[in-house]
Amino acid sequence: MALELKQVSKRVGADVHIHETSAVFASGSFNVLLGTTLAGKTTLMQLIAGIQKPTTGEIWFRGKNITSVPVQKRNVSMVYQQFINYPNFNVYDNIASPLRVAGMDAAEIDRRVGKAAELLRLTSMLKRKPSELSGGQQQRTAIARAVVKDSDIILLDEPLANLDYKLREEMREELPKLFAGRDAIVVYATTEPAEALLFGGNTATMHEGRITQFGPTSTIYRKPNNLISAQVFSDPPINTAKISKRGKVITIFDNIKWPSGRVEKTLPDGDYNIGIRPHNISTSGEGAHVGVIEGRVLVTEISGSESVIHCKIGGQTWVSQSHGIHPFEVGSITKLYVDIDQSLYFGANNEFIA
Amino acid sequence: MAKITLQNLRHSYNPEPKGEEDYALKRMSLDWADGGAYALLGPSGCGKTTLLNLISGLLIPTEGQILFDGRDISNTTPERRNIAQVFQFPVIYDTMTVYDNLAFPLRNRGMGEAEVDKRVREIAEMLDLSRTLQNRASGLTADGKQKISLGRGLVRSDVNVIMFDEPLTVIDPHLKWQLRSKLKELHQRIRRTMIYVTHDQTEALTFADQVVVMNNGEVVQTGTPIDLFERPMHTFVGHFIGSPGMNVMPCEVKGGQATFAGHSVQTVNARNYKGKGQKLEIGVRPEFVSFAKTGIPVDIVKVADAGRYRIVETRAANSSIKLLVPDGDHIPVGKTHLAFDATRTQIYENGWMVGVRP
Amino acid sequence: MSSKTVNQNAWWLVLPVFIMVAFNALIPLMTVVNYSVQESFGNNEFFWSGTIWFEQLLEDDQFRSSLLRQISFTSIVLFIQVPLGLGIALCMPRKGPWVSVCLVLMALPLLVPWNVVGSMWNIMALPDIGLLGKGLNALGIPFNYTRQPISAWFTVVLMDVWHWTSLVVLLCYAGLVSIPDAYYQAAKVDGAKPWAVFRFIQLPKLKHVLTIAILLRFMDSFMIYTEVIVLTGGGPGSATKFLSIDLVQKALGGFDLGPAAAMSIVYFLIILLTSWLFYTLMMRNEAQ
Repeated sequence: MALELKQVSKRVGADVHIHETSAVFASGSFNVLLGTTLAGKTTLMQLIAGIQKPTTGEIWFRGKNITSVPVQKRNVSMVYQQFINYPNFNVYDNIASPLRVAGMDAAEIDRRVGKAAELLRLTSMLKRKPSELSGGQQQRTAIARAVVKDSDIILLDEPLANLDYKLREEMREELPKLFAGRDAIVVYATTEPAEALLFGGNTATMHEGRITQFGPTSTIYRKPNNLISAQVFSDPPINTAKISKRGKVITIFDNIKWPSGRVEKTLPDGDYNIGIRPHNISTSGEGAHVGVIEGRVLVTEISGSESVIHCKIGGQTWVSQSHGIHPFEVGSITKLYVDIDQSLYFGANNEFIA
Repeated sequence: MAKITLQNLRHSYNPEPKGEEDYALKRMSLDWADGGAYALLGPSGCGKTTLLNLISGLLIPTEGQILFDGRDISNTTPERRNIAQVFQFPVIYDTMTVYDNLAFPLRNRGMGEAEVDKRVREIAEMLDLSRTLQNRASGLTADGKQKISLGRGLVRSDVNVIMFDEPLTVIDPHLKWQLRSKLKELHQRIRRTMIYVTHDQTEALTFADQVVVMNNGEVVQTGTPIDLFERPMHTFVGHFIGSPGMNVMPCEVKGGQATFAGHSVQTVNARNYKGKGQKLEIGVRPEFVSFAKTGIPVDIVKVADAGRYRIVETRAANSSIKLLVPDGDHIPVGKTHLAFDATRTQIYENGWMVGVRP
Repeated sequence: MSSKTVNQNAWWLVLPVFIMVAFNALIPLMTVVNYSVQESFGNNEFFWSGTIWFEQLLEDDQFRSSLLRQISFTSIVLFIQVPLGLGIALCMPRKGPWVSVCLVLMALPLLVPWNVVGSMWNIMALPDIGLLGKGLNALGIPFNYTRQPISAWFTVVLMDVWHWTSLVVLLCYAGLVSIPDAYYQAAKVDGAKPWAVFRFIQLPKLKHVLTIAILLRFMDSFMIYTEVIVLTGGGPGSATKFLSIDLVQKALGGFDLGPAAAMSIVYFLIILLTSWLFYTLMMRNEAQ
């Protein structure tokens, strides 16, 4: 038990930024805070860092109450979405700055900076100023500065958001390697479900100032506790609709019949909210446990190796995501095939049922 | 509306270019059909903005010609080329209403008010701006402002080409698809030549029928999104398009047969190879790699969960090979073998696909 | 969404500023208010006199005429300097080696001390040896700023234009340079004529800068003193006797402390009120 939030909340005037929240972050763990902008990720991180003080509740670290310990005295480092470096320092001095503040001797600084630079592939640019670096290299420098001192807590607030997608891809692979085998608690905020998945570790889904679910990433993704957690953890957005289940048949959009598949025996007959992830809807592939529905194509977004098709069905917009390139004309009518066994079922209060 | 032809176009910012490296845009020839939707895609510094500025007339090419419908306009001023442009950040006339913004290009050309009114209302209808016509343009949201920028181009009937320069940068990620949808729909309705410049693959591939991929000042491939995915003509295209990008491993070719780390690999084009063997590589996308009983022996290094599939990173003879495994499928531990789909595996020489370029 | 930690300690850091402002502004101002409601006959003896100095002032013809003169002068220089400054800024190059040359040339008049400006123009306008004075007379235009009110006004206005137009130029230039290129490109594409570019892009984007420029020039020109004193001394007769000169003559020349204090306060209020009015109007326009 390393870092513990005990019923922490944050109010500013009449606005509640964080509702009463409790969570435990273990030493050496990688934790992702996943949520849209304004979900409260940044506020929660600032509470952990000590930049803001909680309105109620306590923060404990390694058995000590640190609620009123100011940020300077907590051993934390932070990386932001903007590339923040000292513009007049070269890369070496930028990375060395937290060590110099701590009064470390020159030889030790040199050794550590060298190691951090090597990890982040900055060795050949140590003499350059931040303005002479690309965006990716600037952010690497900022990350190197965060990892060079032995921080107890490392906070990363959407560090990859301002990078081109290819660089983002590379950094997503490198980041977890950087923290592996350390004692530090890493907290990483992002709006992108894909990042949370690739990092593994733990994920906390956040929505409107609350942690809706917290646990091992893979579990949170596959077994969301309610519809909101599932929505936060789905990009493109998860498709939802009201259904009624009667034995072997699911009725959706008033009159369309689908097989009930895996839940035939396990789910009591009744009305539910269904959640279908976009990748479980494709544009081909009939089968026993497949639901078919027609939609009018609004747009096909193609991302190199995947197609994301937005369709109008009834009054709603549904999204299908499939591998390969499948361009559909805007306005054309297409059949969609839903892998019904992968669907999630939620009750009247959006709680997870099956 | 116009057909656009680029003939032996070349540009250098250096007034006296000496070598090939002085050219920001290497020699290129292209034909763009009237009414097509095209995209220029590449990383920053690849020359796509230079090409855009050459077409719009902000730059005069060092060499070669730009033709609109066969007419040489290489030295014509931007205002006489009849081009519309939508910029990265919305450009609107703050003090005017939405209506006056849309009417501005027409009034500047002395069109009668009755005709102006008809056209403005027609375009506003298309862009879902009808209800806000009398509002001050400065009060609109970012996507509303971008629609106005676009509308000022659409409202004129004499526009040769509409160009987009990263137009969705300021749009909220969750709303981007709606504007993409609007753009596609508009293109279908009005069939004007449109050129979309971006560094984001989704932007380019979603919008365009034909995508021009650029790198280091030269065109590396022109093709449909399917071409770029299935037949990358250059290892750069394979790497840049698709996530994760194409696997590229060094190889040897002897007698029309490719070998990687001592194992022969079936490919589409190795039998066409007659050259001497300068920097030869095999390229295969992770989508076309699978586990097999026999084949290339590899060590599994890492498995990353992407939700709908898993990305498995393997290592063989100092090369990393990635493959995608559907959620639920078995993944072996430690050592295993890989097979490549022979119809989707290509040989590249100095980066270029063998048999495509000398 | 981010909020700052509430902490009262920061007030201590502001304290020195409060003390400075008190010594700089509040205490002198209160002294003047004190004088303005009292009568003194020397020997540091003061008697309460109520609002009598204010009443007297508002009925004083001399005050009214110097106020009128002051308003005319400020209006004239504003009408010349703002359009002229904007015009020069529009003509200045945006790129290339000439940029710094132009900027240095523009900044030069601003670097000359005010009394030196007065002396320079005094000498320059001398009808017998000055370049301006002798030149005009040589052209057949009768010019003598020590005798003809028109010549004196002409010289004073010309001097102020020379001295201060640069300020407007530099402010406008900074505003112009900050307009992104995309706006000009879009205007070209839309077929906008140069006038339309000015009217619909440059002018709206320069609004804030122009507000500041007009405000600064209004306040400065309304308080003009040194240059005019050196150049004309307020003459010939009272032709260029502006408010500040009048005030100084009253306060120091006549030692009429009470009336001078009342005048100071009225003077101060006019400037404060006009600036506030102007600023609110411009900002309200913005909100709409």
